[in-house]
Amino acid sequence: MTAEPVMTSDDIRRAVHRIAHEIVERHHGTAGLVLVGIHTRGVPFARAIGAAIADFEGTTVPVGELDIGLYRDDLGRRSSPRLERTSIPVDITDQTAVLVDDVLFTGRTIRAALDALSDLGRAGQIELAVLVDRGHRQLPIRPDYVGKNLPTAIEQRVSVKIDEVDGHTGVWVGEGKGQ
Amino acid sequence: MRHLLTIEGVTRPELEDLLDLSDEFLNVLDRDIPKVPTLLGATVATMFFEPSTRTRLSFERAARALSADVLSFSPGTSSVTKGESLKDTALTLKAMGADLMVVRHPATGAAHRVSRWADLPVVNGGDGAHQHPTQALLDAFTLRRHFGKLDGLRVGIVGDIRHSRVARSDLQAFSTLGATVTLVAPPTLLPLDTTGWPCDTATELDGVIGDLDVVYLLRIQSERGGVSGFTSLPEYVRRFGLDDRRFRLLRDDAVIMHPGPMNRGVEIAPHIADHPRTLILDQVRNGVAARMAVLFRLMTPEARR
Amino acid sequence: MILVAGGSVLTSEGIIATDVAIDDGFIVAVGAIDPGTAEVIDARGCWVGPGLVDLHVHLREPGQEWKEDIASGSRAAASGGFTALVAMPNTLPAIDAGHRAGFVAEQGRKAGICHVAPAGAITLDRRGVELAHLDELWEAGVRLFTDDGDTVADAGMLRRAMEYLAGRDCVLAQHAEDPGLGAGGHMHEGAVSSRLGIRGLPALAEETIVARDLALVRLTGAAYHVQHASTTGTVALIRQAKAEGLPVTAEVTPHHLMLDHSEVESMDPDFKMYPPLRTTEDVAELRRALIDGTIDAVATDHAPHADHEQEVPFEEAPRGVIGLETALAATLTATGLDQTTLFQRMSTTPAAIARFADHGLPLVVGGPANIVVIDPSATWVPDRFVSRSQNSPFRGRKLTGSVVATVFEGTVTHGPAS
Repeated sequence: MTAEPVMTSDDIRRAVHRIAHEIVERHHGTAGLVLVGIHTRGVPFARAIGAAIADFEGTTVPVGELDIGLYRDDLGRRSSPRLERTSIPVDITDQTAVLVDDVLFTGRTIRAALDALSDLGRAGQIELAVLVDRGHRQLPIRPDYVGKNLPTAIEQRVSVKIDEVDGHTGVWVGEGKGQ
Repeated sequence: MRHLLTIEGVTRPELEDLLDLSDEFLNVLDRDIPKVPTLLGATVATMFFEPSTRTRLSFERAARALSADVLSFSPGTSSVTKGESLKDTALTLKAMGADLMVVRHPATGAAHRVSRWADLPVVNGGDGAHQHPTQALLDAFTLRRHFGKLDGLRVGIVGDIRHSRVARSDLQAFSTLGATVTLVAPPTLLPLDTTGWPCDTATELDGVIGDLDVVYLLRIQSERGGVSGFTSLPEYVRRFGLDDRRFRLLRDDAVIMHPGPMNRGVEIAPHIADHPRTLILDQVRNGVAARMAVLFRLMTPEARR
Repeated sequence: MILVAGGSVLTSEGIIATDVAIDDGFIVAVGAIDPGTAEVIDARGCWVGPGLVDLHVHLREPGQEWKEDIASGSRAAASGGFTALVAMPNTLPAIDAGHRAGFVAEQGRKAGICHVAPAGAITLDRRGVELAHLDELWEAGVRLFTDDGDTVADAGMLRRAMEYLAGRDCVLAQHAEDPGLGAGGHMHEGAVSSRLGIRGLPALAEETIVARDLALVRLTGAAYHVQHASTTGTVALIRQAKAEGLPVTAEVTPHHLMLDHSEVESMDPDFKMYPPLRTTEDVAELRRALIDGTIDAVATDHAPHADHEQEVPFEEAPRGVIGLETALAATLTATGLDQTTLFQRMSTTPAAIARFADHGLPLVVGGPANIVVIDPSATWVPDRFVSRSQNSPFRGRKLTGSVVATVFEGTVTHGPAS
């Protein structure tokens, strides 16, 4: 891992705020919005975006959590994962659901998330917000909101740490296989 | 965990993991479309050598809710002779594409043997009087959902314990999760040697019923055992049946459970069977979720084609 | 000429380090011998003594030859160091008449690998209702009578058999399993059977029959042999009967000397037999009893069952395990018997109980060449068996003691040269 993070805790905070503003600006407000964080680290980011929106707009956007463990296409290749909670506090039918994840890479996680979300209801519109886009898409998936574009070599590893999950916050890039 | 053959040896963290998974799958079953694509392309084979519609259907429902295919083998009792076809049946189903087998058989250890022959994940759906691990899971799941946790719960299991695989599995699962278990039966229906078992025994229900949080009633077996351990059905009902008088002795928050199918009028009075304090239908519903959890856990990379 | 060279030999003068020369079916010399052109069996570091004798084998012929037959069973026996066998009468049909006993003996002679003596049933078809053709069986050479596989449950029937055979030099042997106490059981009734939910066979099912039979022995004076003793209680009964001077002998199987009921947790029918494997206390007591002679002999109760018959759940599997090829090793591993005692328990005494004139004898010039050469310290792991069936509880288990060579009537039936 690089000794210095490519995004510090402050960089992340600013990115989250910018994304929050972009979402509200594009939709001319917060009506009909639902933020859906993808486990594991997408969830605290979704909550952070929700908190930022509450801060500058004064409105509360519902935040849900989604586990894609039942929708992966690689169950034959990885060992049986731990399932986290899937819980969205509102009915997503006809709403605008913004999927939130920490790193966008091949796009397979998002594909699974789209399947999982569709099984929960028919959203009016689904958008994607990611903290880091590191390229190397294997599916035709593109983000609507990006914290940082981070071109990487495919063998490199992007490591996102969040205080609630890991005890510290930052984004690092290093050698070796991984996300 | 490659197989689920017995609750013995399943640790508390492993049990809790399966219960957590069961919670998630119960949510899936509550949806408008109660299905996920997780096991798409996989095949679950059920081998039921004992008549049992409800357990087989529960497993099949669980498999289908995970989008798996089902191969269902259930010989009519007339064509099953002394288990001669057990190994051949297992190998045939494997050759047909089974990725996992659920085995129920009247003889102890049948699922164990199949797991050696077929070299596939095997779930024991009930073997002789030995174990019924998924029943224990769904029962523990039901109690956890109702009470929040099992620690400190006082559970009484009542009935033909000696010949009951449900009793053996339940007592192990419940005690691993922190409950206190008492086995209640006439002396001829208690296991011969319970030294070291994580439970107490009692030969009268009246003496213990007022202290229980859970009364778990077993079906009185006429098909297993052959040599009956009680004098007559009316006498059994009088001493151990859950009738109005005993119902009134229950604590206010105590609940009643039964693995089904019930013998109304034997272990439970007919109208009590429908009382809201029974968790029997919850058990059935939770059974599908618990079995989904087991199928999900066992279908690991090595098992899938 | 065959020369067994350099071994520790059981002679009529005790154990001597020496050579043994065999020619034309007989021992022709015992002493330091020049090999010359003889076929040499290297017996250095080995025990040499009379061929082993098994009082209790199921050779399955006539009627169930897919499990074993007299020829294949004889080959297994030779591989295990045996030169003489008593074949149990629970064949199809049962050996309850003279010509049937004659058939078994003749098949044994034709195979020519070891001496096969048929036991005779006590009751017709072993059904316990009428006496078998005891006189015919006697004339055909039968000297051991048993309904083995079943118990003679009717005490009056057993008494009548004892009285009928009184005065003749033969022995009545009992497979002790009370039908009421043992009904439907598959393994020892105890802590393990309670946990596994398998119906058990209580020790009492064996002990009540033995106790009752010993009372009949007291009454009739008939020679009585306890087959496959398996419990502490049975050992106590035997000890007491012998102290009283009753004409009682007893045998124990090698698997009862080594294994206990916890083996059944594997759910493998290779651990299913009657009497069942019992507790560790029973195992310890059986070992003590064999060492001190309360139990007179080791007998395998060799009971072959085909692979497809074993590939079923435990409760549905047939009872019995093979044992000829592992008997010596299991006995030595379990008890550490010295050479003298080993040959007494596995050769001399069983030969005497079976009334065999040519077996179990210390090696002397002019005696019949029925010899076994044993390496008491060789370790090995049983895997494939010579027997037609493979149902052994010892597969994959390290054992100490192996049979280097077996000689039957002067012919090497097992060994480096055979």
